[in-house]
Amino acid sequence: MKNLILSTAVLALTAGVAAAETVRLGTEGAYPPYNFLNDAGEVDGFERELGDELCKRAELTCEWVTNDWDSIIPNLTSGNYDAIIAGMSITDERKEVVDFTQGYTQPSPSAYAALAEGVDVNSAAVAAQSSTIQSGHVATTGATLVEFPTPDETVAAVKSGEVDAVLSDKDYLNPIVAEGGLVFIGDVYLGGGIGMAFRKSDADLRGKFDAAIASMKADGSLNALLDKWEIEGKF
Amino acid sequence: MGFYVSFGTVLLLLAVTAPVSLSFGFFGAMAARARFAPLSWLGKGYIAIVRGVPDIAFFLFFVIALDQGIEYLLHSVRCPDWTDPIRQGSDFVVCDSAKMPLNSSPQWIHEVYGFSLAVLTFAIVFGAFAGNVLFGAMNSVPRGQIETAEAYGMTHRQAFWRILVPQMWIYALPGLSNLWMVLIKATPLLFLLGVEDIVYWARELGASKTARFTDYPHGDWRMWYFLALLIFYLAFTKVSEVVLERITKKLSHGQATVGGEAQRKAA
Repeated sequence: MKNLILSTAVLALTAGVAAAETVRLGTEGAYPPYNFLNDAGEVDGFERELGDELCKRAELTCEWVTNDWDSIIPNLTSGNYDAIIAGMSITDERKEVVDFTQGYTQPSPSAYAALAEGVDVNSAAVAAQSSTIQSGHVATTGATLVEFPTPDETVAAVKSGEVDAVLSDKDYLNPIVAEGGLVFIGDVYLGGGIGMAFRKSDADLRGKFDAAIASMKADGSLNALLDKWEIEGKF
Repeated sequence: MGFYVSFGTVLLLLAVTAPVSLSFGFFGAMAARARFAPLSWLGKGYIAIVRGVPDIAFFLFFVIALDQGIEYLLHSVRCPDWTDPIRQGSDFVVCDSAKMPLNSSPQWIHEVYGFSLAVLTFAIVFGAFAGNVLFGAMNSVPRGQIETAEAYGMTHRQAFWRILVPQMWIYALPGLSNLWMVLIKATPLLFLLGVEDIVYWARELGASKTARFTDYPHGDWRMWYFLALLIFYLAFTKVSEVVLERITKKLSHGQATVGGEAQRKAA
């Protein structure tokens, strides 16, 4: 009886929207140009446009959700959302926990940036966002790794002099360096391109998005999007 | 905009959590002093376990456990034919109609659900502390009061509701006001639970913005946003202190405490 009441209540709450299959897309919302919150507080950026287009092609209804980077994979596997589309590079370690689609960017350069040239990135203190390919890379060099939960804090740490340099995706640092204050001091190639991540048990859904990405590559619309958001590398 | 709404979120959390955790505490204390042994163990166990675990560990554990527990129950009821295992590696998989809330629900329902889980967790944690305070307060009411009640022929139940409960509040108040202050200061834990509260927005809005992605570019303003939060919390606790002071005065009236005695002499 209780269950009946409960299910009726849930049905009543969700009546009318239950028709189409809804896919919840998880993103970080703090990583321009890939994903960020615009002035209206909505998710915006390259991945917002890409995701909306992919959902249209896969004939799915999509809903955007933001989540902290640190817990973005655990919250996917526990089912809070169905896909991660958050500038996440395809790596072997992550593949042990989640499944990726094919990459929708080329393997892109990461770059070191500092207040001035002449920083030795193999011995200096280098900031990187925690649980990223960049922090993994810094740990393998002789540099002192200083981790931060958000990309913005890594840049703030360089500007305040807390660390000597920051290692991040070059596409993320480009507009920051262009505004002045920081200079690039070197590139390094990491990761295997950026892809969407799905639960391992969700092969169907992953297939749909994989096909949609392939079709966007084929008709050149993906390249147009990459151009629009000034992200390096084309297909 | 989200920033201003989030102040409402925090105030709503306080408004809902305070009475709920007080009632949790009241039942906990009632159970703890019950004459029926298993009930008393239950009350004492609840108070001891929750009080003994760090808040943050409890928050992180309980929200996930509660969510998965609810989904597991719904799953057993709605999809009895489901044969796949629920735990597949690190994946937690339940059938679509057992998702809580449903995948197809609009985002605000997800937010309300997340918020309710947070409130429930807050209530359980602070309920245990309130339970301990009330338990102590019930034992602080002078024994003579109860004896007199019994001498007048009141039953155990009558003595509890008519004599003990009205008088215990003055003994509970210092502890409860302390709890209220701690609760106010614990609200930023919402941020840990993924609710977009004022700390989340202060960090998001204070982060430096480049001109390409916003109409209002600025540098790192987090310090100023957090300073504003500091002032907000300070002002809020100050107001609380004033209100609690008045309640103490009112409750002391006619009580056999130092405060009550001072009021009697002044009159």
